[in-house]
Amino acid sequence: MTMRNLRIVSANDLLKGDVIYLAQDGGWTRRLAAAALARTEAEAATLLERAEAQPHRAVGPFLADVALDGAEPRPLHRRELFRARGPSTRPDLGRQAEDQ
Amino acid sequence: MYRHDEFDAAFVRDRVAQFRDQVARRLDGRLTEDEFKPLRLQNGLYLQLHAYMLRVAIPYGTLSSDQMRVLAEIADRWDRGYGHFTTRQNIQFNWVRLADAPDILDRLADAGLHAIQTSGNCIRNVTADHFAGAAADEIEDPRPVAELIRQWSVAHPEFLYLPRKFKIAVTGAPADRAVTMAHDIGLRARRNAAGAPGYSVLLGGGMGRSPMLGKVIRDFLPKRDLLAYLEAILAIYNLRGRRDNKYKARIKILVHEAGLEVLRDEIEAEFARRKRAFDGPEVVPAVAELARIADQFAPPPLTARPPPSTIEMRARAADPAFARWADANTHPHRQAGHAVVTVSLKTPGEAPGDASSEQMRALADLADRYSLGELRISHTQNVVLPHVARDDLAALHAALGRHRLAAANAGLITDIIACPGLDYCALATARSIPVAQDIARRFAAPDRAREIGRFEIKISGCINACGHHHVGHVGILGLEKSGVESYQITLGGDPGAQAAIGERAGPGLAAEAVGPAIERLVAAYLDHRAGPDEAFVETFRRVGPEPFRAAIYARDAVEAG
Repeated sequence: MTMRNLRIVSANDLLKGDVIYLAQDGGWTRRLAAAALARTEAEAATLLERAEAQPHRAVGPFLADVALDGAEPRPLHRRELFRARGPSTRPDLGRQAEDQ
Repeated sequence: MYRHDEFDAAFVRDRVAQFRDQVARRLDGRLTEDEFKPLRLQNGLYLQLHAYMLRVAIPYGTLSSDQMRVLAEIADRWDRGYGHFTTRQNIQFNWVRLADAPDILDRLADAGLHAIQTSGNCIRNVTADHFAGAAADEIEDPRPVAELIRQWSVAHPEFLYLPRKFKIAVTGAPADRAVTMAHDIGLRARRNAAGAPGYSVLLGGGMGRSPMLGKVIRDFLPKRDLLAYLEAILAIYNLRGRRDNKYKARIKILVHEAGLEVLRDEIEAEFARRKRAFDGPEVVPAVAELARIADQFAPPPLTARPPPSTIEMRARAADPAFARWADANTHPHRQAGHAVVTVSLKTPGEAPGDASSEQMRALADLADRYSLGELRISHTQNVVLPHVARDDLAALHAALGRHRLAAANAGLITDIIACPGLDYCALATARSIPVAQDIARRFAAPDRAREIGRFEIKISGCINACGHHHVGHVGILGLEKSGVESYQITLGGDPGAQAAIGERAGPGLAAEAVGPAIERLVAAYLDHRAGPDEAFVETFRRVGPEPFRAAIYARDAVEAG
């Protein structure tokens, strides 16, 4: 079944704790642009299953809604935006600092 | 100051070694996350939005300069060069790697610090008046008994799996700077008619989604009975506290549902049973152990200096900025010619409670130079130098200024408590820090803040209320409404001796509408107050909420905003 929004799988890296995304090849990436996209419920379930099969790489995988209206998927929930970027009050920290 | 004895040191080292092994087993796959999570939480390691977060206990908020330097070293070696001081007198490091956590805990152990029981359903870090052992209005120093409670509660086998977390606060002063009414147990030192030392025991206070003020369960508890009585309370709570619903598991709900009188009878019966064990052949705690602890909190060797300080008076006359700071950020010391100094971590525009490693080192050096090497962390997220000669205030102020630590705003409108909120916290529903920064910038002019006077704003980024919004004169609670941050304002809360839970003013406001609403609220307060000595919360009690609600929700302003 088609979903209202596209979805990606996100988690925290076991070793570092930082934000990671399930990639198309089944591995993990720190780049939102490289996250695997699910368009249907079945695809989303498959991605999540793949992520949960790697408990020694990723902690707490979950599905997050995104929009595809730019260069990379845009998280729709505010919490995911902060996870993707870093603290809004510290542009010198988090992924946003690496992108500068 | 208390220093770990051989038992403490060996115990903490053992725990670090255990945790090192647990981390290794998690990393090589022998432990699942479900198995590992409670173990890391028992050692203060959370997983937050961006990384692991380590919460380090600062028992009853007391810290030596050497310990502060170790915190700075941890910030530099294993984190991002800063730490966040919390309303529980802890410090949090926000960017920790799992593999580094055992090394950090080992370094903390070198300094007599640890992160044990800073999370989980156990008795948490005991908090106390941050002016303890120094304030002129103190009946007794609450730290020896807080230390006794720490020793009793750490790894107490009966109380490691309580229905929910459990927080104890102790104050030795009538002013109640430890928010004792909003803790599971609040202890207030007092003496009975015969002059014997003891405590008034408050039970069932707490914030969170069901805020309640503590009720007096024992008007006077003799000091020698304290541990037996605490054990009785915890035993009854352990047995009767709800484990079926996380949101109803705190002891405040048990007090509310069972009724104070019923619970008091049960606690007294349990106390009678336990007291026999405590008063048995081996009296617990032993008199010698109490004396050993008390000796480590002996009043410091300060020489009385006749007030007023000529040096301070001259500096006040020459430098209005110093005079403002000395007015707002010093508190009367028990020893003539000295002051308790609050170093504000609330420079307008900065994140409340954050300190860089450079600032931590500067504070440690200044503590050595001016405060006998002692520091305190306050629940208001500031640092306290407890023993400063008034002759040294001007030099201290100048030195603080070189490190952006000289904000003259302790207790004023820009001294805002704010939790980390959605910028860091996995539980948060909205951001706290930017709201605090916006409000602080609006009132950053020192003369304006001074004119407004004592005004406590407290901000939480979710219903769990780490930012103490319920007891803010003005509380701000960040929620999520239809995917957007929405902020509820509460009015009339009070954390002190006349503790009160604030009442909700009305519907939530958008983030950008909060600052302007607070400006209108302050204008209404200035219009209504009886005089400059009447704080906002006192005006609120006298005139009620309506003028302030009208100001917050001034229709034209809200719609335009």
